[in-house]
Formats: sequence, structure tokens, C-alpha cells
Amino acid sequence: MTTETLRTTVTAGRTGAITWARIRPLVIHVLLAGSALVMLYPVIWMVVSSLRPGNEIFRDPGILVKDLRIENYRVGWHALTEPFTRYLLNSAVVVLGSIIGNLVSCSMAAYAFARLEFSGKKFWFAIMLLSIMLPIHVVIVPQYILFSNLGWINTVLPLIVPKLLATDAFFVFLMVQFIRGIPRELDEAARIDGCGKASIFGRIILPLMIPALATTTIFTFIWTWNDFFSQLIYLTDPHMYTVPVALRSFVDSTSSSSWGSMFAMSVVSLVPVFLAFLLGQRFLIKGIATTGIK
Amino acid sequence: MSALGELGSLRGKKPVGQKKDNLAGYLFLAPWLLGLFLITIGPMVASLYLSFTDYNLIQAPKWIGLENFTRMLSDERLHNSLRVTFTYVFVSVPLQLAIALLLAVVLDRGVRGMAFYRSVFYLPSLLGSSVAIAILWRQVFGTTGLLNQVLDVFGIEGKGWISDPSTALGTLVVLNVWTFGSPMVIFLAGLRQIPTMYYEAASVDGAGVLRRFFSITLPLLTPIIFFNLVLQIIHAFQSFTQAFVVSGGSGGPSDSTMFFTLYLYDRGFGNFDMGYASAMAWFLLVIIGVFTAANFFASKYWVFYDD
Repeated sequence: MTTETLRTTVTAGRTGAITWARIRPLVIHVLLAGSALVMLYPVIWMVVSSLRPGNEIFRDPGILVKDLRIENYRVGWHALTEPFTRYLLNSAVVVLGSIIGNLVSCSMAAYAFARLEFSGKKFWFAIMLLSIMLPIHVVIVPQYILFSNLGWINTVLPLIVPKLLATDAFFVFLMVQFIRGIPRELDEAARIDGCGKASIFGRIILPLMIPALATTTIFTFIWTWNDFFSQLIYLTDPHMYTVPVALRSFVDSTSSSSWGSMFAMSVVSLVPVFLAFLLGQRFLIKGIATTGIK
Repeated sequence: MSALGELGSLRGKKPVGQKKDNLAGYLFLAPWLLGLFLITIGPMVASLYLSFTDYNLIQAPKWIGLENFTRMLSDERLHNSLRVTFTYVFVSVPLQLAIALLLAVVLDRGVRGMAFYRSVFYLPSLLGSSVAIAILWRQVFGTTGLLNQVLDVFGIEGKGWISDPSTALGTLVVLNVWTFGSPMVIFLAGLRQIPTMYYEAASVDGAGVLRRFFSITLPLLTPIIFFNLVLQIIHAFQSFTQAFVVSGGSGGPSDSTMFFTLYLYDRGFGNFDMGYASAMAWFLLVIIGVFTAANFFASKYWVFYDD
């Protein structure tokens, strides 16, 4: 393929000599496309392999499918104690709760930090920034004890309630950055029209910060969907498993002969992330570019 | 612009001419403050206390002074987990950032289809922390995995990359390097900030591609490199999922992928040795803190601020 594309540009180059300046963009494209393919090849191969009959995973490194089989999906869906639908639903509940929690609590805190004047603001703001970098391991043991005393183990509460309390401070920061870009004159005009702090927030700021809310929604969706550590710790009853915990138990409970169905369920678990990426990449790229996390 | 920059510039900010409204401020901050004390600071203090106790979740915590910490000094598995973690962090982060920077520079030079490549390279960053990708890695680097099948096509005989203690950690390094997309996007945003007139002036003076990179791009990008370095190091120290799933939860073979966080999980949630796990968690916080502080200190000598 490389030589062929090269030849076409050379002939298209009419009379001019083959200079480096002329073939340079082409070389760059070939290198970029090549490395992109190498990077994504394993993932593409996993999707293809999940559609092949059983043992081909160990034999065929190619990505051509001759006959498409969905038996791996059928087997994988019912390979664990519960049908996979159950785990998808559990994950969906955790994700939905986390999104609502983050949107409500982080936008409130962000409004306070970006627009309101109150004593101790700088201090709390610094604490908030520091808490972004705090490793979860430092708090996980007492949190576990706390939630287990509340009887919350094997419920979704330990995974959702912290989000309602804005513990994902990263999003507070992201929203603060965004609100600062909204002209203060709008608040001022609303204030003169008799709006209080709460209605300025509800009627002016919230509608204008929809892009930041969208970024938060997509990141929360992907991170919570992928999150493993806390779900592994809080959900030990197979009935309550979320997708990542269920997948992991798949690794433990099956012999190497069921790689096909394991791949199939892995693909199922990646589909929502991939869709979120497709629909939301504009917000994702902007989100990391302006705040620089993950 | 970034969280780090914010922390540095906090002191210089002038108050805006607005009347203080403590009631409204603290009402809006209430959920966050509640979370800060109940979910973050409270548990932090509790875990500091627990780190001086012997506690198994069933009996009440028993105060044992510094015993957990002296035990850490002689715990061979813990020392090994530190070695594994340090190797992982200090091999994978520089590699990851170097590749991210290289591709960002290439993409920034007006390549057609830049947005497409950016998305493709960014995608693994979103997938990389999932259990599904860890499962894929387990297969790809297994004895009969994809890598060995491909090597076989070229007549090279592979081996069990994950079952061999000398290469198992390497597969996890590859996985972390694979997620270079997010630092790359941050680099790209940083490259946009460099005024093109610098490059034009340099071209007029006859500076070549390499010269321009080392004399303009690299110095002006050092704040972003620093930012990425701090974040990725903090992040890499806390890696868990990939090692856990790839090693089947054991940190094996022969503890070669036993990250500090895996050992912490094993002590705390595998053996319910909560006092020791808390001591380990605080030790991890100190390690991360020390490296972050050292990073900030060293930055005075190599990070260039253009203002």
C-alpha cells in the first residue's frame, strides 16, 4: 500500500523532481496511520475474535471474518450466576446516580467558588484543589468501615452518595474554570432585575454552562463505567456486581477454553465507552485541554 | 489555567468589589463541605489513627504505637512492591510522555486530518483503565496470545510474557504507555499557545527543524511537560486495576507485578489487616507527596516561564 500511494503522488507531481518537501506529508501520514493501526489493532482483533468460533483466538492473528458467529455472546451472556443484563443494569444505576450527583453538587460548589464572595473562600479553594490529587487509598479503609457500619455494603450507596457530596473535586475545578468565562455583566443585569443568588445560578449560570455540564456528564459516565477499585471493594454479592466486577470474576471462574465468551462480554462492556467517546469527543478533548487531568 | 497553576497563583488574586455574602456562599458550598469532612478529611484522620492500631474489623482497634511502621521496615514483600511500583512509574511515565510529545509535535505541524488522528490516539486513554482491556492484555501477552501468533508469522518463537516474572511488569508498562493520548492532547493545547512569530524569526535566521524544536518548542513547553509529569506520576503510583486483572488478583508471577496498591488491597481487604493497610496508605501518601514536592523543587531549574 505504501509504495502504491507513493507512486501516485510521484506521477501526480508532474514534471518536478521528487523532493523531500513533496513526499514529506505523505511519509508522515503513512507513519501516523501505521502507528494508529498498531495501537488499535489489539482492540479490533478482540472484536473480530469475539465473533469467531471458539478456539480460533489461539490460531488466527488476522482480522478477517469468514463466518460471523454470535455464539460467544450467547454463551457469555449466561456464563455467570446472573445474566449479563443484570450487571449492565447495576452499572447503569451507579453511573446514572453518579452523573446526577456530580452535576448537582459540583455545579453548586463551582458557583460558590467562581461567583460568590465569602470568608475563607481562598482557603477552601486551595483545599479543593489539593483534594483532586489525594489518592483514594488513604481514605478507603475508614470509608469502608463507615459504610459497612451504615449497612451500605452490597448496595450502590457507597458509590453514589460521595458523588452527591462533590467528592469528585476535579469537576468542581472544571466548572469553576468555565463559569469564570461567563461575563459578570449578565449576573449584574439579573441582580438589578431583582434576582437573588439562587435564581442567578438557576436562570443565568446553569443554562450558560451546559458545555461544562456535558463534559462532566461524559467524563463521569466513562470513569464510573470503568471504575473498578471501589466497586470491587463495596460489591461482593454476585447479585450486585457491576460490569467490571463481573468481568473480573469471569477471569477467575473460567478455564482458558472460554476466552471467546470472555472477549464477547469485554466487547459488550466497551461499547458504551466507545459510544460516549464518539458522541462526546468534542467535550472530552476540550475538557482535558483546559483542565489537564486524565 | 491548570489546577497546578491555580495553586501557585492563589496568593496574587485581588478581591472583586463585591459585598461578602457568607450565608449564600456556604449554602452553595454545603454539599461539598459535607463531603470534605465526612468522606475525605474524617476518614483521613481515622486512617491516621488506625495506622497506629491493630484492627481486623471485628474486634475494636488496639493501640500498638509504631509497630505497623516498624513492621513495614522488615516486610520483604512490601519492599518488593515498592521496587515494582517505582520501576513501573519511572519507566512508563517518561516513555509515555516522550511519545505523547513526539506525536503532539508532529500533529501540530498542520497535518491534514489532525482531528481524526488526535481522536484515534486519544481513544486508548479512555479504554485503558477498564477491566476489558486488562483481559485483552492477558490474552495478547499470553503464551498462545496475539503477540506470539504474530511473532510466529515471522518465524520468531515467543514465550509466556505474563507468566515470566522478568517480562510481566513490562506488559503493564506497555499498557500505560499505550494510554499516551491524554498527555498528548494537553501537549497539543500547549503547542497552540506558542506564537508562530518565534518560528518565523528562527526560520529567517536559518534554524532547522531540530534546532527550532530544541530552542523554541521545548523551552516554551516546559511548564506543560512539568504539569503532565506531576499528574502522570501521581496517577501511575496509584495504578491498580491493570496489575490486579492481568495477574489474576495475585500480583504474580512471584510478586513481579505486585504494585504497592495491590499489596495494600491484599493486606486490608484480603486479610482484613486494616491497621497495617492504613499505615501503608499513609506511607503511599507521603511517597506521592515527597515526589510531587521534589518535582516542584526541581522545576525551578528546568521549567521556563515566559512572563
